[in-house]
Amino acid sequence: MSLPKWADVVLIPLINLLLALFVSGLVVLLIGEDPVNAMQIMVKGAVGSTYGWGYTLFYATNFIFTGLAVAVAFHAKLFNIGGEGQAQLGSLGVALVCLALPWPHWALALPFAIVGGALFGAAWAAIPAYLQARRGSHIVITTIMFNFIASALLVYLLVGALKAPGMAPESARFPEGTFLPNARDIFALVGIKFARSPLNVSFLLGLIACFLVWLLLWRTRLGYEIRAYGHSEPAARYAGIAPFRIIMITMLISGALAGLMAVNAVMGEQQRLLQDNVLGAGFVGIAVALMGRSHPVGVLIAAVLFGALYQGGAELEFETSVPREMVLVIQALVILFTGALDNMVRGPVTGAFLHFGRRRPKIDPAE
Amino acid sequence: MTGHSERGRPAAPDAPAIELKGISKAFGTVQANKDISIRVMPGTIHGIIGENGAGKSTLMSILYGFYKADGGDIFIAGRKTAIPDSQAAIAAGIGMVFQHFKLVENFTVLENVVLGAESGARLTPSLSKARKLLTELAAEYELNVDPDALIQDLGVGMQQRVEILKALYRQADILILDEPTGVLTPAEADHLFRILEGLRAQGKTIILITHKLREIMEITDTVSVMRRGEMTATVKTAETSPEALAELMVGRKVLLRVDKAPAAPKQIVLDVENLRVKDDKGVERLKSVSLNVRAGEILGIAGVAGNGQSELLDVLGGSREATGRVTLNGTDLDLTGKLSDARTRRARGIAHVPEDRHREGLILDFHAWENVAFGYHHDPKYNRGWLMDNDALRRDTEEKIAKFDVRPADCWQTAKNFSGGNQQKIVIARELERNPDLLLVGQPTRGVDIGAIEFIHQQIVALRDAGKAILLVSVELDEIMSLSDRIAVMFDGRIMGERLPSETTERELGLLMAGITDTDTPHTVQEVEANLAERHGKVQ
Amino acid sequence: MTLMQKLLGATTALALSAGAALAEPGLIIDLGGKFDKSFNESAYNGAQRWVKDTGGDYIETELSSEAQREQTMRRMAERGANPIIVLGFANASTLEKVAPDYPDTKFAIVDMVVDQPNVQSIVFAEHEGSYLVGMLAAMASKTGTVSFVGGMDVPLIRKFACGYAQGAKAANPDITVIQNMTGTTPAAWNDPVKGAELTKAQISQGSDVVFAAAGGTGVGVLQAAADEGVYSIGVDSNQNYMHPGSVLTSMTKRVDNAVYTVFNTAADGELPTGINALGLENNGVGYAVDENNKDLITPEMTAAVEEAKEKIIAGEIEVHDYTTDDSCPVM
Repeated sequence: MSLPKWADVVLIPLINLLLALFVSGLVVLLIGEDPVNAMQIMVKGAVGSTYGWGYTLFYATNFIFTGLAVAVAFHAKLFNIGGEGQAQLGSLGVALVCLALPWPHWALALPFAIVGGALFGAAWAAIPAYLQARRGSHIVITTIMFNFIASALLVYLLVGALKAPGMAPESARFPEGTFLPNARDIFALVGIKFARSPLNVSFLLGLIACFLVWLLLWRTRLGYEIRAYGHSEPAARYAGIAPFRIIMITMLISGALAGLMAVNAVMGEQQRLLQDNVLGAGFVGIAVALMGRSHPVGVLIAAVLFGALYQGGAELEFETSVPREMVLVIQALVILFTGALDNMVRGPVTGAFLHFGRRRPKIDPAE
Repeated sequence: MTGHSERGRPAAPDAPAIELKGISKAFGTVQANKDISIRVMPGTIHGIIGENGAGKSTLMSILYGFYKADGGDIFIAGRKTAIPDSQAAIAAGIGMVFQHFKLVENFTVLENVVLGAESGARLTPSLSKARKLLTELAAEYELNVDPDALIQDLGVGMQQRVEILKALYRQADILILDEPTGVLTPAEADHLFRILEGLRAQGKTIILITHKLREIMEITDTVSVMRRGEMTATVKTAETSPEALAELMVGRKVLLRVDKAPAAPKQIVLDVENLRVKDDKGVERLKSVSLNVRAGEILGIAGVAGNGQSELLDVLGGSREATGRVTLNGTDLDLTGKLSDARTRRARGIAHVPEDRHREGLILDFHAWENVAFGYHHDPKYNRGWLMDNDALRRDTEEKIAKFDVRPADCWQTAKNFSGGNQQKIVIARELERNPDLLLVGQPTRGVDIGAIEFIHQQIVALRDAGKAILLVSVELDEIMSLSDRIAVMFDGRIMGERLPSETTERELGLLMAGITDTDTPHTVQEVEANLAERHGKVQ
Repeated sequence: MTLMQKLLGATTALALSAGAALAEPGLIIDLGGKFDKSFNESAYNGAQRWVKDTGGDYIETELSSEAQREQTMRRMAERGANPIIVLGFANASTLEKVAPDYPDTKFAIVDMVVDQPNVQSIVFAEHEGSYLVGMLAAMASKTGTVSFVGGMDVPLIRKFACGYAQGAKAANPDITVIQNMTGTTPAAWNDPVKGAELTKAQISQGSDVVFAAAGGTGVGVLQAAADEGVYSIGVDSNQNYMHPGSVLTSMTKRVDNAVYTVFNTAADGELPTGINALGLENNGVGYAVDENNKDLITPEMTAAVEEAKEKIIAGEIEVHDYTTDDSCPVM
């Protein structure tokens, strides 16, 4: 008894989202604001202008990377909660690359920054992966712990070795040769006026990453092995797939993807290393992967949705007296409904399909 | 306490003990039970036979209150009775012995029997009352169990008896047994049947669910056949035959015996010497196993589940490390380290149909075509450079599906949506089409419908006739007897002896399976049990 | 206008209309929240006073994380706020980047110098104000030990500490000055628990006057001092009311005045850019005396401090500014 694919992929997330928005509306109503107005502000703020789009897609780029990181690990049944820490280490890698040389041109700096971010992110994921594969330490626990260590490490470096002259705990500004072309510059080339926003070429990088992850998972032997391992470890062993190798490689890829987020956030926007540069995107990535059913296309769509939610939320906060905490509540509700309460909707929807759908008598093979 | 309360059952002798009228149950689009009616007379043993997925277990779960029927009525002793939960079933006098026992391992027999049926808050009165009752029951029905033994120290046959005692303690008049002989040696199974006969003589009603035709013929008074959720026939056992029942189950004529020519064994392909395996806890699972398999022969390994057969297959298949010496066509196999993995074994010409296709043999969420590459996904014919050649893979799958008659013939179907037999055909197709030098086969027909059993057996014999070596592991003694050219019996991680099928009997093999090697002298069931229990205690 | 533009919407229109019609000043409250009883609250009070006095309107938003500074500043500018005030040195590098993108918008930054043509940099002579409260601390101390709890360990806070120590030594050359910093990250601005711990540690070392220059962390410092029965000194806003009788005085840093002035001048016309230094002479810094602490400050103390204040303004006493050479001669 399974749902049609379209219902599973489109209908259920949509119902989840609407439910989340409905409950959010009730909450907004409860604090004495107009939910319809709030909704309009959020939608308009997120997609009503090139400025809104710029920020929405900028945030979406972050979530694409962290979402893919979680999704890839999901396929090997590894729950990587450490996207946050891996992205922070990635930001360190990107910053070190950007600060290492007086880069003459971004096109030269970008590949190196990609390598730097990916390497550092992967290295940070490698330790929990090794502990899981060899010692059986649960990866959920270790990756969470590594988030704290990453954060502390970054603070240590930003008040010490990497601190720029001045008072704030931040690195020196990257050389101009590392500034990535942003949407405003690119659209100007074709004569479109696009508002100033941090949206930059990393978004394209995110799209490429989606494609490559799809290719990896469904077109390569490694992806085949990752998925097989994720479904059944005894079966993987039977098929000659070494669990140690799969855990390590999957987590390295996952960590590298999380680390790549820094290319967008650190190199693309902040242009210097800040202390909390990840802004919780590592955790949002979990929701994005859940909602996107761990498929790159789903992750892309969910990332844009969450990007819009972030940007719309910022706008809501700016325009109304809805407090910041309320915006967090709305975001949390979306995560709750799309991720955790999925089965609440799935049951009735499946029932409805069975009731109205064609009744094909079929014998359940698993009695 | 529910067990001893007055239920007020009428003593109408002509009324059936159980009557089901028009029971239907659907899970989603799947109609598991369709308009099922059945009458079971008191003091009889009623068999229910059917293939996997025919709806037997669903029907019994409805009777025991686990599922609620979509429609239909249940009559107990002539009275319409609603059974919303298992408490109601117990109150109606129904006892159930499940395939997987529901006992608390670190409790004693007595405590398990009383559990859930204690009279009052204090345990001691219940226990002493239960002890008395248990002694009576044991004497009455040959159900001898030490009331103070811990469950974890008992063998499976004993544990099953505790389950039966539990039901009797709750004053069950109707006893349902679901595939009770699956885990028993032939001697234990025989003893179980004697117990059941004793119960019948005392007026109890017994429903026996099984897929083994032999058991039906041996012990039941009447038999109902289920197919695809429907009750296709209810007949008196004396008036039917295994062939007739098989035809009712499958819907067409089936060949029950394997049709094979005598073997023509040639050179030794697999030679195993002094193989030892320890599990994660350091318990030795294989204790110096030595055997060989020749080209063109089937070596059957008989034994009760859990005596080292699985470990033997794992080692040879490459998913477990071991010590000792194994040669394939005269060349050593690496038993530890990098080259002991399944991929290397396949490259050496060993194909492996694993014992548990759900756990190992298939990825249930993969499409059929993805499963056809499983284990062989590095084969160049499935790959094009960096990427897998999914088109080639699907073409290959379609060929295999056609050749092995997998239904539905759809390579995009997810593995879990195939029936057990068709799942097994996919595995068999994948492994046999490799044309291996050595085929490892574990439980080839477990959970497979009769029609497919016939086909799978034919395929295995055909591979033998093509001059390949085959190592067959099965807990079904019938299957071992009919397929093997030579039989080795495993007990407690050792080979107890080798026999030729033409020169042995099920009784002899049964004793070997219980670890008794002097098979010429008579042995009591108690001896067999003591031996099994001792071994069981050691393993724990 | 191309289809693409229509689809994406015209931001420029939004920005222009907003800018022309409103031209309200904007205030970005920094991390720690607007009711931190200290730095942010002072700025907020200045803005509120301006609203009350002029009936004008302004846009306000609150930062929630370090990495959102840029978006928030840009959003303010896009929205058409002018001038825009940002609070705290942590905004310097972001403002450096954002200001050139909005040449028609004026910015003001408190506590840091940003050298851009459309930025006014407001800096305070915290060392001078701290010198005065340091003198008061030394004169009020019975144990001969006074102490300092800083927020985040940055030169700006060491500037407070150094001025405080100099003042204390000037009033009592034998005095011991203990100094502790809460942390090295912005989290140190909002950690009252740690502030209280540090205070108790200092008290156990003999301190009986504690000066907190630590934003929200200071709330914990003042509380601990009141609990232990010693004096404390507030910072930025007048915090004397928080524990009357325990808070000796507050080193006021009139961020409120600065905000008020910026809003006012912008309403009158152009906001002057460049450095705007506020010290004792223009009441940018000072010490607070009100009904809550007037009994704690003796006439002798007032006389001594007022004399020092005159001398500093006149240039007769030169208080060393830590940030000029990153060192303090008395610590």
